[in-house]
Amino acid sequence: MDEIEIESRSLNLWYESVHALKNVTLSMPKKKVTAVIGPSGCGKSTFIRCINRMNDLIKGCRVEGELLFEGRNVYDRDIDVVSLRKRIGMVFQKPNPFPMSVYDNVAYGPRLHGTRSSGELDKIVEESLKSSALWNEVADVLNRSALDLSGGQQQRLCIARTLAVNPDVILFDEPCSALDPISTAKIEDLINTLVHDYTIIIVTHNMQQAARVSDFTAFFLLGEVIEFGKTKQIFEMPEKKSTEDYITGRFG
Amino acid sequence: MNRLISPATPDRAAKVGLWASAVLSMAILLFILGYIVIEGISVVNIPFLLGSPVLSGAKGGILPAIVGTICLMAVTLSSAVPIGVGAAIYLAEYASDSVVTRTITFGVECLAGVPSIVIGLFGYAFLVIYLGFGFSILSGGLALMAMALPWIVRTSEEAIKAVPLTVREGSLALGATKWQTVSRVVLPSAIPGIVTGAILGIGKAIGEAAVLMFTAGSSLLMPSSLFDPVRALPYHIYILASEGISNPMAYGSSIVLLAMVLAINLGAIAIQAHYGRHYGRN
Ligand SMILES: Nc1ncnc2c1ncn2[C@@H]1O[C@H](COP(=O)(O)OP(=O)(O)O)[C@@H](O)[C@H]1O
Ligand SMILES: [Mg+2]
Repeated sequence: MDEIEIESRSLNLWYESVHALKNVTLSMPKKKVTAVIGPSGCGKSTFIRCINRMNDLIKGCRVEGELLFEGRNVYDRDIDVVSLRKRIGMVFQKPNPFPMSVYDNVAYGPRLHGTRSSGELDKIVEESLKSSALWNEVADVLNRSALDLSGGQQQRLCIARTLAVNPDVILFDEPCSALDPISTAKIEDLINTLVHDYTIIIVTHNMQQAARVSDFTAFFLLGEVIEFGKTKQIFEMPEKKSTEDYITGRFG
Repeated sequence: MNRLISPATPDRAAKVGLWASAVLSMAILLFILGYIVIEGISVVNIPFLLGSPVLSGAKGGILPAIVGTICLMAVTLSSAVPIGVGAAIYLAEYASDSVVTRTITFGVECLAGVPSIVIGLFGYAFLVIYLGFGFSILSGGLALMAMALPWIVRTSEEAIKAVPLTVREGSLALGATKWQTVSRVVLPSAIPGIVTGAILGIGKAIGEAAVLMFTAGSSLLMPSSLFDPVRALPYHIYILASEGISNPMAYGSSIVLLAMVLAINLGAIAIQAHYGRHYGRN
């Protein structure tokens, strides 16, 4: 049995009156990749944004049930959202580098959390960029604006920026949907490497991608988890008809 | 076929009409500039720029007025920018209640509409008399702040709101607090817009002779502190012309005032270009 890092229990979420997540119960193992798949609007983003409480920003959003990270409910009143987000990083659908230099993008998080020494920052920046497979491409242009990078480079920069605060979990919300196939392949390779050190949860609408990078897969439909299991099993012998229909492209 | 007028015709007419409007706007500016330069250029020389006025300004230079004007702008900017940007941040980022936001926004727009003579009168009663600042750079600069503030609030607010939500989310997701996100990511991105607002504001404010004559005084001596009175260039121009002291000197002073405003604008463009490299794209 794998050790469970994140677990949701009967999680329900409403945007005003829209019931976007219905009784979501899922266990995501430590240092594995869990893919979240399902048609557009089924609540994939909503679900992973519960894990680092990004939904707190949305007015009228209400959560019930439990979301456990290392056994503690992240929605407990005494949870410090800032430290939670430090430990659970997120990479977004559209690359969103800050309008500052490549170096400053990566150093942003460590600086926030109190790293001042430039030697230490240099080290973190270099390590993070190496871990995100971007170092070779940007080592000479660390002072250039991050906005000058290509889309794929920007997305790997966002990954480096996330790694720099040394999280335990990384959430990816369709990280390749704005990228070309070559950049996509690089990010997938990266995910396969990162999983040795991090727990990864990735939303994707690309079936092949889910099959290539994930160990476990959860299939969502209309805010509910229809099926969850080992990726191999979900793709080769789905138990539910709707899972099979979705995976074989019969709808969605 | 009854298509007598091709659909392209009104299109072409509109284009010509709009072109004419654009050219006319430019022509008005060139006409004003040309007229002032022709009337005043003969008096503009080094002694004029670096000398002190003689015979109420009929002869001599305008250095004290130039220095006074620059000091006034400095006081106005250093008070209006922090307050204006602070208000803009509050409106754009913190005020969740739309009634509060709308009330403040409405108030700021009203302030933009208050005639300068009224602000001058109030500045006299409140700053000069009540607070005891006297006719001074301080009183004048603070009164001008009321003229510049609405521009700064409005443009800064727009610039802050234009920073994409995705960038804010990126910062929050790294464990930044709201204020850290605003001060380290949002504000730097909004700097070009804020600079534009400050320039618009100061450019509009500094020409307000009606405010300055009630608050900054009319001394032709070189100021040595914030509490000294100065005669700002617009007011100097007004006195030179309205009291029949010297028309060429009035036009010469106008050239200098225009050059100062132009210089600020160029400075703003330079700042925007500098930040534009980092922040402008996306
Ligand atoms: N901020 C929001 N306010 C209201 N409804 C929302 C909001 N975000 C998402 N929704 C709704 O919640 C449902 C799930 O959305 P989402 O999680 O973005 O789906 P997915 O990521 O699977 O495409 C959709 O019906 C969507 O319209
Ligand atoms: Mg989504």
